[in-house]
Amino acid sequence: MAFDRREFLKVSAGVTGAASLGALTGCASAPKSPALSGAPYKVVIVGAGFGGATCARYLKMWEPKIEVTIIEPNADFVSCPTSNGVLAGLTKMEDITFTYDHLKKAVNNWVQDTVTSIDTNGRTVKTAGGKTISYDRLILAGGIELMFDKVKGYDAEAQKTIMHAWKAGPQTATLRKQLEAMPDGGVFVMSVPMAPYRCPPGPYERACQVATYLKAAKPKSKIIILDGNPDIASKKGLFLAAWTKHYGYGTPNSMIEYRPNNMPRSVDPVKMMVGTEFDDVKGDVINVVPPMRAATICQLANVRNDSSGTWCPIDYRSFESLTVKNVHILGDSTLTNFPKSGSVANNTGKMAAAAIVEMYNGRDPDSAPVVTNTCYSAASASTAFHVATVFRYAPEKKADDGKITPAAMIAQKGGGVSKEESELEFAYMESWAKNVWADTLGLPG
Amino acid sequence: MKKSLAITLLLAGALGAASAQAIDTKARFMAANCAYCHGPDGKSRGAIPSLAGLEKKYFVDQMKAFRDGSRPATVMQKHAMGYTDAEFEQLGAWFSAIK
Repeated sequence: MAFDRREFLKVSAGVTGAASLGALTGCASAPKSPALSGAPYKVVIVGAGFGGATCARYLKMWEPKIEVTIIEPNADFVSCPTSNGVLAGLTKMEDITFTYDHLKKAVNNWVQDTVTSIDTNGRTVKTAGGKTISYDRLILAGGIELMFDKVKGYDAEAQKTIMHAWKAGPQTATLRKQLEAMPDGGVFVMSVPMAPYRCPPGPYERACQVATYLKAAKPKSKIIILDGNPDIASKKGLFLAAWTKHYGYGTPNSMIEYRPNNMPRSVDPVKMMVGTEFDDVKGDVINVVPPMRAATICQLANVRNDSSGTWCPIDYRSFESLTVKNVHILGDSTLTNFPKSGSVANNTGKMAAAAIVEMYNGRDPDSAPVVTNTCYSAASASTAFHVATVFRYAPEKKADDGKITPAAMIAQKGGGVSKEESELEFAYMESWAKNVWADTLGLPG
Repeated sequence: MKKSLAITLLLAGALGAASAQAIDTKARFMAANCAYCHGPDGKSRGAIPSLAGLEKKYFVDQMKAFRDGSRPATVMQKHAMGYTDAEFEQLGAWFSAIK
C-alpha cells in the first residue's frame, strides 16, 4: 500500500466529500493538524458585515495563532438592522454607521478592496487593487447580490431615481430625502421580494416606519405594498395588528394598502411607475427591492450552487461549502432553514470560527451545535415585537428503505413571536442593536 | 504506511484532546450565542440584562423559571425551552466565571 500523505488526503476527501465532515476531519484534517505544523495558518474573510466581522473577532479570541485577513470594500460599517428607523426620521445615518477601527486592531491584516477572482485549487484570491492573497481557509461573507436584471427597466439610470435601500448606506439616506421631499397626499410604492430574502420582516417593518413618519408629517399620503409573496411572509399577525392600531388598516382611510401576489416586473423612473402582472402602479416615491441571491464572490468560488444557482449549500457544523473544500460561507448567502437575519449572521460567524479553531487544533467540530435567532421589528415610533427561535442540529438520516433525510437545523418547540407589541420590546430592540454592533465590531464598552 | 498514519492520527487526536480540557468549548460557543442580545461576554450595553458574573445557581434557576413560565418574560421563555438542563448548567458555569 504505497499511499503517500498527499494521495491519502486526496482519496479521503474524494470519498467522504465535505458532507461527511466528521469523517473528513477525523481523517484528513487531523494529520495536518495545522497547529502542530508550526506554519502560519491563514484565514481570509471576504466581507465585514455581521457574519464576517464576528467570525474574525471570535477566531482571534478563540485561537490567536490563526492569522486573520479581512478584505472589505467599504470604509465604514452601516447597519441594515434599525436602518428603517432612518426612513421614519427616528434614527440618523450616523447612529447606524460605525468605524472599522476596533475590528482592524483585532485582526492581522485589513485590506480595503474588492475581490475579483478566486482560485479554490491554488487557494488564492485576487483583488481589484492588484493584490494576490493566499489562504488556508476562505470565508465568504458578502451578504446578497441584487438581481436588477429581473426587473425590466431597473438599469443604472433608473437606480439613480428608484432606491432599494436593502443594503444600508447612501441608498437609505437618499430614500429618506425622497420621503421628505414627497408632498402630503403623495404615494409611496414599495415592494417585497419573493422569499427567501434578506430580513423576512424588514419590508413590513419598513411600511410601519415610513407610515410613522407620514402619519405625523404628511397624513394624507398613502403606502402601497407590492408583495411578490402570496401573503405577509413574517410576523403576519403582529404586523396586521400594528397596521390596524396605528395606520388605519382595514378602514377606508387606511394609510397602508397591501397587495399580495404583486411581484414588480418593471419600473419606469420617468413616468414613476411600477408594473406588476396585473397593473401599473404610479408612485411619488418608488422603493423596489429586486430579487436577490448569494453575493457575487460566492459565484467566483463556485459555491453558489444550490439547484437554482441562487444560494450556497453548507455543512451546518462548520459552514464549509458542501462541494468546495476550505471555503466557508456565512450569513445571508447560505442555503439554510435559518431566517436571513443579523442575529443569525452574527451566530453563523461564531459557528464557523468555533469549527475552524477545532479543526486547526486537530479536533472535530461540535457534532450537534445549538444556535439561536432573535429578531425585533419596530411597529411604531415607540413599540416593537420579536421572533425568537432555538435551532438544534439533526444529522442526515437514512431510513431502512434507503430514503435520506438531509441534515438540518431543527427549530425547537417553544419558539415564536411576541404576544403583542410593547414599549419594553422597543427598548430591548435598541439594546439588541447596541449589543450586536459591539459584539460584531468589537466596540469598546 | 497506512498503519503508521493511523497512529499519527491517534497521537494528534490525543494531543488535541489534552489541550482542550482546560476550556469547555461547547459552553463557550453557546454563551457566545447570547451576545447579540446580552452583549459581548454577557456584558450588556442597554436595557437587556447582563449575564456576566451571575451566580451559577441563580442563572440555572432563572432559566428553569423562564421555561416553566413561573418567571414571565418577553423573549426568554422561547430560548429557555430550546435548551437542556445540562446546557443550563454549562452556561451558568460559563457566565459565573466572567468577572
